[in-house]
Amino acid sequence: MKTFPIGGIHPSDNKQWSKDRPIEVMELPDQVAIPMIQHIGAPSTPIVKKGDKVLTGQLIGQAVGFVSANIHSPISGTVTSVDVYPNGQGQRRMMVVIKREGDEWMEDIDRTPDIKRDCKLTPAEIIAKVKDAGIVGLGGAQFPTHVKLSVPDGQKAEILIINGVECEPYLTSDYRNMLERGEMILVGVEILMRAISVQRAVIGIEANKPAAVELLKALITKGGYKGIEVQTLQTRYPQGGEKQLIAAVTGRQIAPPPALPISVGAVVCNVSTTIAVYEAVQKNKPLIERVVTVTGKELKETHNFLMRFGIPASHLLERAGGLPEGDVKLLNGGPMMGRAVVDITAPIIKGCSGITVISGKDTPRGVEGACIKCAKCVSACPMGLEPYLLSKLARLQKWDMAEEHNTVDCIECGCCSYTCPSNLPLLDYIRIGKQTVMTNIRARAAANNKK
Amino acid sequence: MATRLFAAPSPHIHGGESTRRIMGDVVLALIPALAVSAYVLGWRALMITAVAIASCVLFEFLIQRFLLKGRTTIGDLSAVVTGMLLAFNLPVGIPWWIVIIGALVAIGIGKMTFGGLGCNPFNPALTGRIFLLIAYPVQMTDWTTGVPAAVQSPTMFDSMSGATSMDAMSGATALPMVKENPELAGNVNFGDMLFGQMNGSMGEICALALILGGIYLLWRKVITWHIPVAVLGTMAIFAACVGLGEGGSLVYELPIFHLLAGGALLGAFFMATDYSTSPMTHKGMIIYGVGIGVITMVIRLWGAYPEGMSFAIFIMNAATPLINKYCKPKRFGTK
Repeated sequence: MKTFPIGGIHPSDNKQWSKDRPIEVMELPDQVAIPMIQHIGAPSTPIVKKGDKVLTGQLIGQAVGFVSANIHSPISGTVTSVDVYPNGQGQRRMMVVIKREGDEWMEDIDRTPDIKRDCKLTPAEIIAKVKDAGIVGLGGAQFPTHVKLSVPDGQKAEILIINGVECEPYLTSDYRNMLERGEMILVGVEILMRAISVQRAVIGIEANKPAAVELLKALITKGGYKGIEVQTLQTRYPQGGEKQLIAAVTGRQIAPPPALPISVGAVVCNVSTTIAVYEAVQKNKPLIERVVTVTGKELKETHNFLMRFGIPASHLLERAGGLPEGDVKLLNGGPMMGRAVVDITAPIIKGCSGITVISGKDTPRGVEGACIKCAKCVSACPMGLEPYLLSKLARLQKWDMAEEHNTVDCIECGCCSYTCPSNLPLLDYIRIGKQTVMTNIRARAAANNKK
Repeated sequence: MATRLFAAPSPHIHGGESTRRIMGDVVLALIPALAVSAYVLGWRALMITAVAIASCVLFEFLIQRFLLKGRTTIGDLSAVVTGMLLAFNLPVGIPWWIVIIGALVAIGIGKMTFGGLGCNPFNPALTGRIFLLIAYPVQMTDWTTGVPAAVQSPTMFDSMSGATSMDAMSGATALPMVKENPELAGNVNFGDMLFGQMNGSMGEICALALILGGIYLLWRKVITWHIPVAVLGTMAIFAACVGLGEGGSLVYELPIFHLLAGGALLGAFFMATDYSTSPMTHKGMIIYGVGIGVITMVIRLWGAYPEGMSFAIFIMNAATPLINKYCKPKRFGTK
């Protein structure tokens, strides 16, 4: 069975808690807070002010520049504030706060549930619609999708890869989407193939989701979808990483940074993002909602909610029976790459595929020992790096040496820290090293530009 | 009880691996060999092993607690492993006070001088053993004291008593015996070597027990196949090539003899695979293993010592930093 070439780990997938919970539509909140940055790139500019009436799906944040994304109101009502508030990590973000009045949608949005397959738009028209709808990668990276689809001059896309891997433990939102909204995914794939002018698309799904593989295969046959195939991949973390997935599916490895997927002829798009593309292009619907998993083994109930953005995490947790007692980590995302949330009233945004609750005893930070040079981190690193060395160099502040040893290649998957028998916080230090080195590289580039 | 939210960077889960578990696995993997040596050599084998373990742990504790005035880490069981391996490299008749000196050198000089676990450039147990071999050559190559007559009796094995110690200077074990008397080579009984009726250092008397332990370590992913296969494969190929050159008649050049005799298996599975003294990448591990195999065979066939495993591992330990420098893992996206 296909998989990526080097490294990787096999954490318990813990998907049993929520994988059989069908998607439920979350009731509308009384109020939402919409951060003006929910993507990689420049923050959007709010184009509404306090007191403005907005409709569901109305543009409220305008993208600034190419690498940026539009932001739409997920509910209808009155803007009560445009100000800076802390997000889930306590970082200050410009947010538009809207008080709900009913649920009145923009008129041009098609809200019927019928699948609309026919699409005659040109690639440029499709990309424009994706851009207008504010679509970003819903797998977690939040990279603006229209940028990905805009193949630079002189380069050619050969294959579209749809990421249905969901290798992150606990999360099941992509899985439920594949099971319940498969038709939308396949039409979305056709549209994406059209947008980047390729004849072949591969949906990569790990072997621990056989139901999704079977269902999508059956839908492809039934619907006569040409050029779309489903590829079962060996279950192995971090297969959902873009570079790992491309290597697993095509056998081609993207060169070290700053090379992009298009350099090996691939464009990768997550299954949930594909649904958003379908809705934007065929239904005129901007990205205002997504499926979010609420999971954890201590929770009374687990859910997969189809919910509007801007709802606080606390609402989801209430539906799950509240947080368990004692020490708890609340994660935006899963346990490998998710970020700890310190403010449960902060809003859920585009990149949040799930809220995972882990009790203190299941998320230990053991006592640090000495590095015993067991090389487990070297074997586990999917980028072919030497985590023990990069971590040590960062600890010693040897930034030049960290750069020489390619610390910027790190994808922060956490395999190294996961495997370390001495409980060394390898990734914590590598992150510091990577950020410092990247700052240094940018400073050098800026200095060279001046000359 | 209230809910308390706390935060830390990802990853938020850990695989559960610990130094203590790894070392515990090594101890478990050594138990079969210890059991056979206790069965064949008697209670003294257990006594010597106990002395070695106790003194290694005690010295580590005393040095960390009173000399370095820091946290003690004897709970990670690495000193237990060093003690066991040291004992396994000694003849059963060794006086107990020599064992204690060996432990002091192993832990004090071999390990703590360099900063403790993970920082030592040379395998501590080997450091202790090589020191003893040079300081107490007579006691270290005495293969009769404490050894039951059945095992050392030449008649039982047709003038061959089985195996050897790792670098024995003289004695009644297989490697030196055959080295000095090639005509005896035809009498080597491989079955006895395999099932524990061979004389030699305590841990080496039963090849099968060592292989079992090695397989356990592989199964538990404590070690990878690279070092043992490179060491043993190189030795076998080396012996076969020399054997071909000599017409293939001498048992001494038979690959199987070299793999079963002396410290080959103990060295390949348990000593050469020591984490801090072996390379970090699979490619480096293979170079390191091949180096050990070649040096061992050169010493065995043409050197002054009948066995060269200890020295070979020691020399390649010294080469490990260099191997680490030049054998980098393959960077993703590069040819």
